[in-house]
Amino acid sequence: MNRRLSHLEALESESIHILREVRAEFSRPVILYSIGKDSSVMLRLAQKAFYPEKIPFPLLHIDTTFKFREMIEFRDRIAREYNVKLIVHTNQEAIAAGANPFTLGTSKCCALLKTKALLDALSEHQVDAAIGGARRDEEKSRAKERIFSFRDPFGQWDPKNQRPELWNLYNGRIEKGQSVRVFPLSNWTEVDVWEYIEREAIPVVPLYFAKPRKAIVRGKLVILPEHNMPQQPGDSEETVVCRMRSLGCSYCSGAIPSQADSVSAIVKELKAFRRSERENRLIDHDQEGSMEVKKREGYF
Amino acid sequence: MISAASSPESRDLLRFLTAGSVDDGKSTLIGRLLHDSGAVFEDELAAVHRTSKSRGSEFDPSLLTDGLKAEREQGITIDVAYRYFSTTRRKFIIADTPGHEQYTRNMVTGATTADLAVLLVDARKGILTQTRRHLYTAWMLGIRNIILALNKMDLVNFDPEVFHRVKNAFLEYAAPLHFEDLQFVPISALDGDNVAKPSERMPWYAGPSILNVLETVETRRSSALQNLRFPVQLVLRPNQDVRVYAGQIASGSISVGMEVVTLPSRQRTRIERVFLHTTELQEAFAPMSVAVSLRDHIDLGRGDLLCDAQAEPPEGRRFRAKLIWMSPAPMSLHEPYLMKHMTQMVCMRVTNLYHKLDINTLDELPATGLKANEIGEVSLETHKPVFCDPYHVNKVTGSFIVIHPIQNNTVAVGIIVDNEPLPDAKGTNLSLEEPIFPSVNHRGLAVWMTGLSGAGKTTICKAVYTELLSRGIRVEMLDGDAIRQHISRELGFSKADRVENIRRIAYVAQLLTRNRVVALVSAISPYRETRAEVRAEIGRFMEVYVNAPVEVCEQRDPKGLYKRARKGEIRGFTGLDDPYEPPSFPEVECRTAEESVKESIDKVVAAILAAIQ
Ligand SMILES: Nc1nc2c(ncn2[C@@H]2O[C@H](COP(=O)(O)OP(=O)(O)O)[C@@H](O)[C@H]2O)c(=O)[nH]1
Repeated sequence: MNRRLSHLEALESESIHILREVRAEFSRPVILYSIGKDSSVMLRLAQKAFYPEKIPFPLLHIDTTFKFREMIEFRDRIAREYNVKLIVHTNQEAIAAGANPFTLGTSKCCALLKTKALLDALSEHQVDAAIGGARRDEEKSRAKERIFSFRDPFGQWDPKNQRPELWNLYNGRIEKGQSVRVFPLSNWTEVDVWEYIEREAIPVVPLYFAKPRKAIVRGKLVILPEHNMPQQPGDSEETVVCRMRSLGCSYCSGAIPSQADSVSAIVKELKAFRRSERENRLIDHDQEGSMEVKKREGYF
Repeated sequence: MISAASSPESRDLLRFLTAGSVDDGKSTLIGRLLHDSGAVFEDELAAVHRTSKSRGSEFDPSLLTDGLKAEREQGITIDVAYRYFSTTRRKFIIADTPGHEQYTRNMVTGATTADLAVLLVDARKGILTQTRRHLYTAWMLGIRNIILALNKMDLVNFDPEVFHRVKNAFLEYAAPLHFEDLQFVPISALDGDNVAKPSERMPWYAGPSILNVLETVETRRSSALQNLRFPVQLVLRPNQDVRVYAGQIASGSISVGMEVVTLPSRQRTRIERVFLHTTELQEAFAPMSVAVSLRDHIDLGRGDLLCDAQAEPPEGRRFRAKLIWMSPAPMSLHEPYLMKHMTQMVCMRVTNLYHKLDINTLDELPATGLKANEIGEVSLETHKPVFCDPYHVNKVTGSFIVIHPIQNNTVAVGIIVDNEPLPDAKGTNLSLEEPIFPSVNHRGLAVWMTGLSGAGKTTICKAVYTELLSRGIRVEMLDGDAIRQHISRELGFSKADRVENIRRIAYVAQLLTRNRVVALVSAISPYRETRAEVRAEIGRFMEVYVNAPVEVCEQRDPKGLYKRARKGEIRGFTGLDDPYEPPSFPEVECRTAEESVKESIDKVVAAILAAIQ
């Protein structure tokens, strides 16, 4: 017998181990479910980790109300199919006051509809471990993130107070009120995620696959308009063969021109196509080091 | 899916660590590897070209990994940064360990998961004290494959003499450490010579490039060929008939039909199924995460171990270990700490510090304490037996972390040197019965856990015991089953016998309580009136109602008693044909069907701590 794991098997085994540690050492974990490809992989891993029991953690989705319609449909279907509890949380107050990305600007909008909503939901449900799908390769500044990232009672990341991580021995001890964010996919890259989706035939939102779509082209950005997006001078309406590389709110996650209409085509495209994953997102470009700032505030 | 052979994806994974002194060119080398293997995105690359130009150089690969310097200035603790790239043959994870302050801590952290280490040496400087430190740290953490990258060859005119001189000096130093594979590669990280491509400027070097070594090296991965060690991580119970043990195989392989022994209960059984999700496996090996079920009905929990029936690990409470201290607060001898060893948490204390290590000279220095970044050899004592192998034999069973019981931070990294401590007067004259931890000032208390069989009394009781012990509290367990095997051996289960049994437990609990011990009693104790009498008699008393519906308890049935009662083998079984009278006003109630074990434990511990102040 060939006693050697492929890289996907090694990653899978590590992630399952992490998910099981969370179950053993925390009282009220949730999976932060973003509906994207990483969340889809996370669900499959959780299913494997706890089978023959069902996934023991509820899914928490922070709904900004500006997500793509297809995402919401997909979310509800997946929650049913996996038979997991789905918690949807929206910052209703901000929505009622008219918060939207078009007039507020993306970073203010994110602060209200994502960061605040997330922190509120975590404290409302007394979550002590929030499992996220973030990967270290997503962004240079994530390279040194721990797998278990400690938060103070206000959900803030304290960069000076993180614990060393040795072997696969995670220290999950916290006091009441403290919590952790756990990132079981830390060591996965974007290509690993797609290769795993292919190998496991994991369902993902159809927006990831290229097809002709009605789009607003604004300079280099390709935006799929939803939620009555107002146009700006210079915008042109075109039909573009494109797909989403990462999913978020419709306005802030740009599409990329692409012909990749299947998972294997995406894997092939990514191996040839050498542009960073977040390049097309409005949110990361607002401010120098903006991911870092958001993370400290409680966003990922 | 799990069998490597059947997978279409046959690339494997190599984790390596890079170490070097400041300015030896580590960031440049990593940037080079990322760049030349195509792991860098065009937009990132364009940004790096722009910055390089503005700083007056053509292309500075170190900018690709920049990101640690700013944080260091802000005082953020970065022990390791991880980077990723892959080729058609392998996926690589680089643990980039900053060489500045905290170097020992950083390198140890990176080394725990690495298969190989790349050590950088500046050709102009040759081998430095730091190089030795890096080499020794890698060796101590079990890395047996080393690449020595002699960098900045462009600054010494690509002189082969320099290369051979450094190589020979290094070989001499490394000889006593017995590395399996030492490779020497002369490079220019800045220009890329011998990093991913052979160098035209060093025709005298016929060996492989760094990337070439990384792609082809066979690291020692014998863990799958060793004896089986399978720590139970979780028990999964989808229904009352199925009991599945989930975990990551620490070493060896596990196969259907194989004979195993359970530890610490030492029962022998055979493996019934090995699976992951819907895939049934004939065999699985380290480090796979799987689930297994056993032929016989044996009650295991998290922290228990399945082992080769032919090759059990030694059992013991005293060890010789190396500790790498990580916390800013120095080590305290004899203070209680927690040890996380595989999936279990036990209390421990350091009973002796033999010496600390000068990592630059490898001299053993006499020591009275250990501070952050120091390495010491110590003897340890745990409050209950631990099953471990020396680290050089088994990296998983031989490693542990040390946690502060109150502050909860990870204070040290430990590796088992030997299952026997060195003979010394202090450590060995304690008898097993003696309480091993010094105690804080506190009052006594009888904590009475009542509830149905299977409600979770024993589980909570054991965990609370460990927790209290780790806080230096005098604590004793009086378990209903254990009492029946000892002081109440002749008693049955009639009402009169039950009352008598409880009366005896209460008497012992009272003696303990009077002597300022926390007595944790777990006994079904079904009758309200009896419990009220006990409360009055003991005085310092706390009632904990471990509450789970009888249907749930019957479904759990950890000892198979409900089944036997249903078959009529046991008469007068509480909850079925004998009444259970729930407490009206318990001090604490644990609803174990709804809350997690952790929540229950936390509640009980908090209540006890408040009551014994
Ligand atoms: N000439 C030359 N300079 C190098 C080489 N590798 C690194 N350097 C320079 O050495 C300095 C320190 O490199 P850096 O990668 O930042 O070192 P680190 O502190 O080990 O990460 C920088 O100015 C690099 O450009 C090399 O192969 N040749």
